[in-house]
Amino acid sequence: MVALRAITNRVCALAYALQQLINGVTLGMIYGLIAVGYTMVYGIIGMINFAHGDIFMVGAFLSLIALLGLAMIGLTWVPVALALALIFAAAIAALYGWTVERVAYRPLRGSFRLAPLISAIGMSITLQNYVQVSQGARVKPLAAVLPGGVQLMEQDGFTVQLSWMQIAIVIVTIVILGIFTWLVTRTPLGRTMRACEQDLKMASLLGIDTDRTISLTFVIGAALAAVAGFMFLLYYGVIDFYIGFIAGVKAFTAAVLGGIGSLPGAVLGGLLIGLIEVFWSAYFSVEYKDVAAFSILVVALIFLPTGILGRAEVEKV
Amino acid sequence: MLSVSDLSMRFGGLMAVDGLSFEAKPGDITAVIGPNGAGKTTVFNCITGFYRPTGGSITLQHADGRRFSLHAMPGHRIGATAKVARTFQNIRLFAGMTVLENLLVAQHNTLMAATGFGVLAVVGLGRYRAAEAKAIEKAKHWLDATGLTSRGDDPAGALPYGAQRRLEIARAMCTDPVMLCLDEPAAGLNPRESEELNQLLLRIRGEGCSLLLIEHDMGVVMRISDHIVVLDHGKKISDGTPAEVRADPAVIAAYLGEGEDDEVPA
Amino acid sequence: MSALRDAFLSALIALGLFVPLVGLITTTTDRGLTLTVRPIATAVLVGLVFFGRLAFLTWRRRHTGREIVQSNRAFAEALSRAGRFVAPVLLLFAIAMPFFGSRYYVDLGILVLTYVMLGWGLNIVVGLAGLLDLGYVAFYAVGAYSYALFAQHFGLGFWTCLPLAGILAALWGIMLGFPVLRLRGDYLAIVTLAFGEIIRVVLINWTSLTNGPNGISGIPRPTLFGLQFSMDGGEGTVAHFFNIEPATIQRVIFLYYVILGLALLTNWVTLRLRRLPLGRAWEALREDEVACRSLGINVTSTKLTAFAIGALFGGFAGAFFATRQAFISPESFTFIESATVLAIVVLGGLGSQLGVALAALVMIGGLELLRGFLSYLADQMHSPLFADLAGELPLYRMLIFGLALVVMMVLRPRGLVSGRTPSVALGERREIAAELVAQGRG
Repeated sequence: MVALRAITNRVCALAYALQQLINGVTLGMIYGLIAVGYTMVYGIIGMINFAHGDIFMVGAFLSLIALLGLAMIGLTWVPVALALALIFAAAIAALYGWTVERVAYRPLRGSFRLAPLISAIGMSITLQNYVQVSQGARVKPLAAVLPGGVQLMEQDGFTVQLSWMQIAIVIVTIVILGIFTWLVTRTPLGRTMRACEQDLKMASLLGIDTDRTISLTFVIGAALAAVAGFMFLLYYGVIDFYIGFIAGVKAFTAAVLGGIGSLPGAVLGGLLIGLIEVFWSAYFSVEYKDVAAFSILVVALIFLPTGILGRAEVEKV
Repeated sequence: MLSVSDLSMRFGGLMAVDGLSFEAKPGDITAVIGPNGAGKTTVFNCITGFYRPTGGSITLQHADGRRFSLHAMPGHRIGATAKVARTFQNIRLFAGMTVLENLLVAQHNTLMAATGFGVLAVVGLGRYRAAEAKAIEKAKHWLDATGLTSRGDDPAGALPYGAQRRLEIARAMCTDPVMLCLDEPAAGLNPRESEELNQLLLRIRGEGCSLLLIEHDMGVVMRISDHIVVLDHGKKISDGTPAEVRADPAVIAAYLGEGEDDEVPA
Repeated sequence: MSALRDAFLSALIALGLFVPLVGLITTTTDRGLTLTVRPIATAVLVGLVFFGRLAFLTWRRRHTGREIVQSNRAFAEALSRAGRFVAPVLLLFAIAMPFFGSRYYVDLGILVLTYVMLGWGLNIVVGLAGLLDLGYVAFYAVGAYSYALFAQHFGLGFWTCLPLAGILAALWGIMLGFPVLRLRGDYLAIVTLAFGEIIRVVLINWTSLTNGPNGISGIPRPTLFGLQFSMDGGEGTVAHFFNIEPATIQRVIFLYYVILGLALLTNWVTLRLRRLPLGRAWEALREDEVACRSLGINVTSTKLTAFAIGALFGGFAGAFFATRQAFISPESFTFIESATVLAIVVLGGLGSQLGVALAALVMIGGLELLRGFLSYLADQMHSPLFADLAGELPLYRMLIFGLALVVMMVLRPRGLVSGRTPSVALGERREIAAELVAQGRG
């Protein structure tokens, strides 16, 4: 009898852990998508694009506005509405990404190291307050668009649930990242991007339009962030103008953890941060989940100074 | 003085230095030469603590008998206590600081001790003022030796190339080294500057400091070295006086094999 | 013609940017969220972009790039030449200000001076040692909470707690710095940023110690040699001792001089250290870390001292903040504070004490004056059309602040005072051009 109880307990604990794993992977996918944008920009021009988290927030707002707009004009067939909203948000967020680069970073290209960083912080403050002023400071709730899901197992009243939303998030992320990987590894655009990442000056000497490549990097990064914003909106159902900061810091942490400059590293880092956060909340305390994520970053950096998949930098002397 | 024994350095699959052993005698100018990619700079980086060797040992003995295991010391201690100074292939000056400031930074450890580790001197106590005056005197001595006296208050980054090379040597000498390691000091110098460099190096040797240098300019190497070590593909292929090395068939083969005319020992 | 086309394209992009986020508003109704439209504001913004771009292009055609660079350089030189006079004049003004300024201006002065002090403190870390610290506010918070808690639990006074707060902040700096200062530059940035957030999260959640989001109130005010600034005018108060009528302004003016003194202390220590080996080593570290190592300088411990001394002054400023406000909560220690202080340092010109003071004056004072101006405008606009807008006006404060950061960086990437004065010279000290001075990689 006691043994049986122990087994059920263990199964129950396992079920609980499985649920956390599902939640963690979902959250990690969102972080990973944002982290890719950080790591791409860092790889090419070596700057921390502080405004990237806010582009993610703008993407979430654009998704919300698109969904409301589509509902108002009577388009209620969910798959089409979602697809249209996603494309709209990605396109307009890409335009925001392009504008931010053009206005705040391009004039500072080749300038001193800290100038673009301050400009980026200024842009981040600007975007945050711009959305706060134009859309209001209140949180925006959205009713569940894709309710329900599959029950994987049930044990002692605890059900392991895989929601449609989580399935959709994982599938969309994998598809988007697949397209993105193809773009970077197999197309001429990707080749110029990688060339610029290796050596910006040399690439420009070889006739690559580096300004255009950098712009495209921002455009792609912003579009990916908008996809993340779209999924964040649907998954959590509430957004406000401040979500960009925390998500941005976490995603940047993910990029550093994965090895900054490495695209697979960004996704891996995102998944790790997502899992750490969810498991910590589930087993220890929700309040200190951010502390856990950041502390693990510090510890990881001490033992793995270049991140998990980062290239070791041998200093030339 | 300096004894390198069975030194190895591996980068991934590449054996940059492979079982190298040589000795540098006190008061000598020892030159390390070899074709490009022979592993000369890697040897230097191991000696001066920028790389930790994969294998082997590097030992430095001072005149007073103290011995230092350079391969196991933290980088900054090699300069501070073992008293090995170095210059860099790509000049590394503090470009935004003046020439004089560069030379004072080099005397950091001495000056720092005189400030009572920073605390006393802030409130104007301690014997810092005298220590600084002494440091400036030493700086002036080396400014004079390198012909930079008139440029003392100019920013280091604004000096012409040859002067920057000399300043780097002056800065290294301000640490009072027992051994000075020079990484291609004559690179980019014109013949006149190169000749001045020879005189400077001989003068440094005359003040009791041993020299270890990597050089491509055979004019410099053959004229001033007491002892030459030749490397190729990370291994020692010859070792001896300039005359011996010049006559060594292995050296000739290595250089001719490379097909670089300008590097044929003159 | 090409300018027209360019402006038209810009307007088109602006249309794409503003229609969804400005033109369509998500409003909460009892049936959930709906969209309402705001066509006029959108049209105004797009029009502004069109004419703004047109004006910019015409201006650009008249002035070549070289001219702009030259005028920038002339400005920088004039400013550093004027520096010799500006600094004493500013100091005199700062000392005399409470005698003729009203309460509002003295309060504003305290605010500006707090940021001047923070800027000078961070300048040691970022400007001299070249270490990018994005979490400076953490030390400010440690200082503030140290004082608040010591005062609350042990009844200690401000003057006892001030050094304690500074030392605690410095210890935190060392604890944080020890593992991370070996890391590459940008990692240091993210770790310090993370640390700032960790401190804030802990302050919010450790309710038994910090009272959580509600903060700590009733923090005692500083005393003048044991005399209190109390309104009752009884025994042991300043008013009683000097036999004057008690008034709040006396305490405000006293606080003003306390922060002025603290800021000047920061400045004095920094200026002293710059001329000493430690400060020179910091600057050398900023210029070239590898060369420093080859000269036998212990890079890690040198960085650590910069970090700790910067934190020390952050802690002092924090303790002052707590005593001035008499109330602190985690809300005061967000990333935006770190960003503001860093912006002051970079905009002032890294390493320049005068530049930092000027930048704090412009950014904090300017922001406050702007706030005053905006609420004045809001008062004036009685028309119903603007009534809605007027209510929102203070909200635009941070928006303008953000935009101003971008604009100022684009115009003066090297900051207001960009040259470097040598710490020692054989003959005459000559300013070193900003182009030669490195900004550090750490």
